[in-house]
Amino acid sequence: MSAPVLDVRSLSVEFESTLGTIHAVRDLSFSIGEGETLALVGESGSGKSTAAMALLRLIPNPPGRISSGAVLLAGRDLTALSEADLRGVRGREMAMIFQDPMMALNPVYTIERQIGEVLRLHLGLSKSEILAEVVELLRLVGVPAPEERARQYPHNLSGGMRQRVMIAMALACRPRLLIADEPTTALDVTVQAQVLDLIHGLKEKFGMAVLLITHDLGIVAETANRVVVMYAGRKVEEGTVGEIFADPRHPYTRGLLGAAKWEEADGDLLREIPGTVPSPFEMPSGCSFAPRCAEAIPLCRSAMPELKDVAPGRPVRCFLAEGRGHG
Amino acid sequence: MKKATFQFVLRRLLQVVPVVLAIAAFNFLLLRMAPGDAADILAGQMGHATVEFTEQLRREFGLDRPLYQQFFIYMGKLLTLDLGMSHLQQTPVVDLIVDRLPATLILMVSAILLAVIVGICIGIAAARRQGRLADNLISVAALLVYATPAFWLGLMLIVLFSIKLDILPSGGMMQIGAGHEGLAHVLDVTWHLILPATTLGLFYVAIYTRLMRASMLEVYGLDFIVTARAKGLSEGVIAWTHAMRNALLPVVTLAGVQIGHLLGGSVLVETVFGWPGLGRLVFDALLQRDLNLLLGILFISSVVVVIANLVVDLVYGLLDPRIVHR
Repeated sequence: MSAPVLDVRSLSVEFESTLGTIHAVRDLSFSIGEGETLALVGESGSGKSTAAMALLRLIPNPPGRISSGAVLLAGRDLTALSEADLRGVRGREMAMIFQDPMMALNPVYTIERQIGEVLRLHLGLSKSEILAEVVELLRLVGVPAPEERARQYPHNLSGGMRQRVMIAMALACRPRLLIADEPTTALDVTVQAQVLDLIHGLKEKFGMAVLLITHDLGIVAETANRVVVMYAGRKVEEGTVGEIFADPRHPYTRGLLGAAKWEEADGDLLREIPGTVPSPFEMPSGCSFAPRCAEAIPLCRSAMPELKDVAPGRPVRCFLAEGRGHG
Repeated sequence: MKKATFQFVLRRLLQVVPVVLAIAAFNFLLLRMAPGDAADILAGQMGHATVEFTEQLRREFGLDRPLYQQFFIYMGKLLTLDLGMSHLQQTPVVDLIVDRLPATLILMVSAILLAVIVGICIGIAAARRQGRLADNLISVAALLVYATPAFWLGLMLIVLFSIKLDILPSGGMMQIGAGHEGLAHVLDVTWHLILPATTLGLFYVAIYTRLMRASMLEVYGLDFIVTARAKGLSEGVIAWTHAMRNALLPVVTLAGVQIGHLLGGSVLVETVFGWPGLGRLVFDALLQRDLNLLLGILFISSVVVVIANLVVDLVYGLLDPRIVHR
């Protein structure tokens, strides 16, 4: 594989709170190649959205900060950039779309103004060029009657249309990397597939890298190439979609897959992982998943396992991973 | 103006009529409950207040008729915009008001604009520095100004800027006898306006600063601010466009509500600064039981307030596209 578009190395994010320091993301590393979709998967509170925000350094500081690590975008370390240089990267080389398109657009500005802002800022287009380009972008993301829509406000558009507008805005400068943070969670099921298809199609068209943050394994199976599973701020397993689905090595990944395959569950309709993600203030001393793990051995409760490759490109954070293959 | 907006304005203006008439009726009845009338005062001033003379005055003014007759006569005249004669000054009330109204409007508009603009700017500055020294200093200053009575502030400003420093006039609306015209006249009035407008507006600066700060902080918590940052916009651009436009709504609403309040405050400030507006007229009319004059001023005030509220509604529609005037 050629040099990755995004290379995240040992990223850690902390939040200061009155109760102490919260380690929201710990020692997270992954990379995404050109034209590749990497899914970052985990429950609420696993740190996946925080990690995504940290890539663009959008973590509000204070209370949050990137405490260590590097984020290399096409070889350039974003954590070392000045605020002004960073603004040149945001929206231009790395763009982001969010979970709730109802809230992510400013209610008082027209669609044209909100997309046009990016074009003026990063590409220096003139007023007439902006209108033409906005209409072109809206057409690209499948918004019907784009000339008319451009003049409208977010409240005139449906949720699906707004997410398309967000995508158009994100793609305005043809970024190298698109971060999609739960892009379909707030949408109707019928619209979800359309939006995912759109992201996938545009990725193919422009050869972007896509970082897809989701808790929905169905979406992962359909759209991603590789998967990073996160638990309590740490990466617990990584692999291609095929490997993860066919041969999950970490008990947490298995639990997620089990919870997703509800139709195959015998007897019970829904299978769940018992318990919840531990509070950041009460992290267990050993493996953070041990309290919920049916397979935990005494060692799991006293020591945190390191990430260990069970195969090339298949790191797993579990003492028992190697013995478990194809179980 | 769009057709829908035009119809909205027209409909609202028609609604003004019953509202203003109801206010006038209420004022009429309320003032009649107060003891004493213009005849008493006038007769007293003339120094030979026989009962016969006072009664004669009362007949002249129509104050001897039953209350309901007076009421219907007054309301009937009001419908033709006839505000009657001032009992004491023997001049049509309309003339007296038209003489004084512009000065009051200039003072009020200057004060509210000053308050809104300065309040918004300081509020934004404070919100962007939330929790830091500048924010805390602004909060303390706002609280101090908020707690300062306007008449005292006016006197202190006169002492400082007119007497000690001698850089601003202490009263009046223009330099007497200077006979400035055109631009020189405008500048002269502006010059005289600085202290009274500041005195009247400063209290509201404090209110709008606090409100704008709170409103900005609320908007900063919304998702589209994150979107704006992710686009690569600078914090300054985000504050003064994306955040401000959304945060303005509560401030504009409050400013609209406070126009009436401001009119009350201007009475006091006009008295301190000898500003030739309605304020002084109200004061005299009240002391002299000049009922027609008082009613006329209250009538005009209610019209001003109702129209100001209409303007605020229109501004609201400009700020927030989700608001549609129907």
